[in-house]
Amino acid sequence: MDLLINGVTRQVDSEADTPLLWVLRDDLGLTGTKYGCGVAQCGACTVLVDGQATRSCVTPIDAVAGQSITTIEAIEADAVGRKVIAAWVANQVPQCGYCQSGQVMAATALLTQTPQPSEEDIAGAMTNLCRCGTYNAISAAVRQAAQG
Amino acid sequence: MDGILNAPIRPERHPQDRPTNLSRRSVLGASLGALVLGVALPRSAPRAQGAAAPSVRPGTRVPAFLEIRPDGSVLLRSPFVEGGQGVTTAFAQIVGEELDVDPTAFTVECAPPGADYLMVNGMRFTGGSFSVRSSYAAMRGLGATARRMLLQAAAARLDVPLDSLATEPGRVIHAASGRSLAYGALAADAAAMPAPEGVPLRAESAFRWIGKPVARLDVRAKSTGKALYAIDLTAEGMLQAAVQHAPRLGMEPGAVANEAEVRAMPGVHSIHRLPGAMAVVADRWWRARRAVETLQVDWTEAAPDARNAMPGDFSSAGLRATLTAAPGPGIAAESQGDSATALRNAVRVIEATYDAPHLAHGQLEPPSAIARWNADGTLDLWLPNQAPEMFQRAAATVAGIEPEKVRIHSPMLGGFFGRHFLYESANPFPQAILLAKAVGRPVKLIWSREEEFLRDALRPMGLARFRAGLDPQGLPIALHAEAVGEGPVGRWFGRQPDRADPSAVEGIAGKPYAIPHRHVAHVPQPNPVMIGFWRSVGHSMNDFFYETFFDEMADAGGQDPFALRLRLLAESPRHRTLLEAVGHLSGGWRRGPFEAADGTRRARGVAMASPFGSEVATIAEVSIRDGEVMVHDVWVAIDPGSIVNPAIIEAQVQSAVALGLSSALLEEVVYEGGTPQARNFDGYRILPPDRMPRVHVRIIESGAPMGGIGEPGLPGVPPAVVNAVATLTGQRIRSLPLSKTRFGSV
Ligand code: FES
Ligand code: FES
Repeated sequence: MDLLINGVTRQVDSEADTPLLWVLRDDLGLTGTKYGCGVAQCGACTVLVDGQATRSCVTPIDAVAGQSITTIEAIEADAVGRKVIAAWVANQVPQCGYCQSGQVMAATALLTQTPQPSEEDIAGAMTNLCRCGTYNAISAAVRQAAQG
Repeated sequence: MDGILNAPIRPERHPQDRPTNLSRRSVLGASLGALVLGVALPRSAPRAQGAAAPSVRPGTRVPAFLEIRPDGSVLLRSPFVEGGQGVTTAFAQIVGEELDVDPTAFTVECAPPGADYLMVNGMRFTGGSFSVRSSYAAMRGLGATARRMLLQAAAARLDVPLDSLATEPGRVIHAASGRSLAYGALAADAAAMPAPEGVPLRAESAFRWIGKPVARLDVRAKSTGKALYAIDLTAEGMLQAAVQHAPRLGMEPGAVANEAEVRAMPGVHSIHRLPGAMAVVADRWWRARRAVETLQVDWTEAAPDARNAMPGDFSSAGLRATLTAAPGPGIAAESQGDSATALRNAVRVIEATYDAPHLAHGQLEPPSAIARWNADGTLDLWLPNQAPEMFQRAAATVAGIEPEKVRIHSPMLGGFFGRHFLYESANPFPQAILLAKAVGRPVKLIWSREEEFLRDALRPMGLARFRAGLDPQGLPIALHAEAVGEGPVGRWFGRQPDRADPSAVEGIAGKPYAIPHRHVAHVPQPNPVMIGFWRSVGHSMNDFFYETFFDEMADAGGQDPFALRLRLLAESPRHRTLLEAVGHLSGGWRRGPFEAADGTRRARGVAMASPFGSEVATIAEVSIRDGEVMVHDVWVAIDPGSIVNPAIIEAQVQSAVALGLSSALLEEVVYEGGTPQARNFDGYRILPPDRMPRVHVRIIESGAPMGGIGEPGLPGVPPAVVNAVATLTGQRIRSLPLSKTRFGSV
């Protein structure tokens, strides 16, 4: 099966129902996308599929064949992604950091679709869990990225 | 082997996003050509127990800690592991300040096992909020000593007196001649210099980095997915493994109905019986997991002598009933005056019993371990851990080899909160060691989130009984408290039968209030659950018990809870200042109920705590929405004595508030039939973003001995919230979490 990942077509031989997360991590070595729960609860595995924030742990690869998949490894190739990263660094968002790839992907999707999000837009899009409790820094960074 | 041991691996990401390969070659070659100061470390440096190395004073030998590379960058081998608490940055600030190197020039990694790193009372663990406070003086001394060695090398090189030289970040300067030498060019010479003793430290007034909000070193890597955790690493030629644990500890795998079917599943290499678990080894983790979960295993009941066997009829409700019924008086932990007589003579006595449930760690990175047996009989382990020497010894026992033959690699942690201590049956590495041995190849084992919820070591359930006596003015004159249950210190470090377990009573004992007659006891009651350390340990529930009962005393005596605290702290300026500070921070104490600008009814609660050498005062503001508690603002004043990085402290308080609030509002591990009912975050809810309050932090440096930072922000949050809820609703909640109660409109 061919997958279009970060602008490059990658051939993978995993079963068609394998979650995208594990193909990224194990077959392709793209370990920036994290496993947290495997059941669409935490968002650590968030990637972009045709620009939509998608929880890759419950996304079988045959559902995304032919679509454009973006992972954290390519985030700085994206203009919005660069702004998000700059805001993340400026606000010193990460603590343990484990959830942050997913948070950055969710923020990038939000700001791509809604460049000037309201508080409700932010709350609606930024639903990933962070056990370190970086939530206030995350919302500050999203607001800053929207301005910058 | 010593040569290998002296070169810890720094996994590096291969270009083109290939998996990282930790090959044997990289072990040997990791730091060749880099250093410098490090080669002076004697080859005989003991690697394991402090006991074996009485001659090594931990935290004193520069080469064990510092490598200055030719390019001037500095590698610091830290005794402590980074898991989000900011310790790597703090250490770069402290060492950099004395060494005269900008903290951004540092790379910090967790040191391998070794006597040099036993910085916490002759032991090493990252916990107890001990890291910076245990090592602050030693790290300054190391930086200063290394700087002096560089000065000595420069004096020899330039043939000038040492006192004609100065430094600026990364360079030695000879002002008289205008010459200067970069540290990187001097490091090799410096390594040959004798380490001077008693080098003076920089004046605190001249600090450039200590005490400043220096940016954390790892933020960019963590924001861009480049940070590597144990779960991300690979070893050359490895296979991957997944397990299915027995539903209850002590049970063992019996017949497997469909072994042949599973063996034929894609990618499966082999199926293994392990103590208390079945494992599948495969080429990919998802294939291993799918296969192991397909296994139809007949689990046999625990043998009569099985260790830690979990009874099939165990339930949380049953344990709570047992704790409730457990008779006092228990073992005294703190006694002052004559509380029995004072209670008899009191004009009014109030009583209450509180409890709090088992809690899971829920760190976002599931546990994993990579085990690699080497041709020379040594073993490499990459695993999340908070105590490398303890894991080394335990791994050696499992592997049947000498501890010196086990190399422990301690990657950055995807959260820990106490999860990665050594807990019998709660760490994956013994399974990984056995599997790697069985298949003759390196094995990476990951526990699925469901297996993690089944085998996590939990914050123990606790219960406390209080009696208080009031005088005619409504002031508390006597307090009698019994903490019932088992603490993790007793479980893992041994409890003396005649002594209270400090982790069972901390937060009930050790309170600063001037109540003349008081008695605090521990009523030990064994807990069948695998219990462990959870951020702020006993304080995580005991300060909730005490500080909410405090408000009950205040209410019974007709006292305002804030004013009563101030009054009982009259002789304790440090606490009084802190309480006043949090009052000011919140705009002045205001209990409520009151109407907020948005029309909601709200109230505030206050609580204090004295955890891990720091002092904390907390105020929370709450309302009720749809029957649930909403927390809007939390104000925290924290006095850690003196500080290294105020930005990290604020971040840690934010984090501790989130976890404390999560425990107060939502969290509870419920056992029925001997098994935890929730196996993932859908059943075990943790604080989501929309329940996070605004957090306001005020740091006070009283100049008291340096206290901890990672945990102290937590214990005040549950009681401040629950006290506010009592004011708002008139309901005294004595059992957490609050989600068990639906509140009517206020
Ligand atoms: S790992 Fe996908 S949502 Fe948690
Ligand atoms: S930063 Fe640790 S889980 Fe979010």
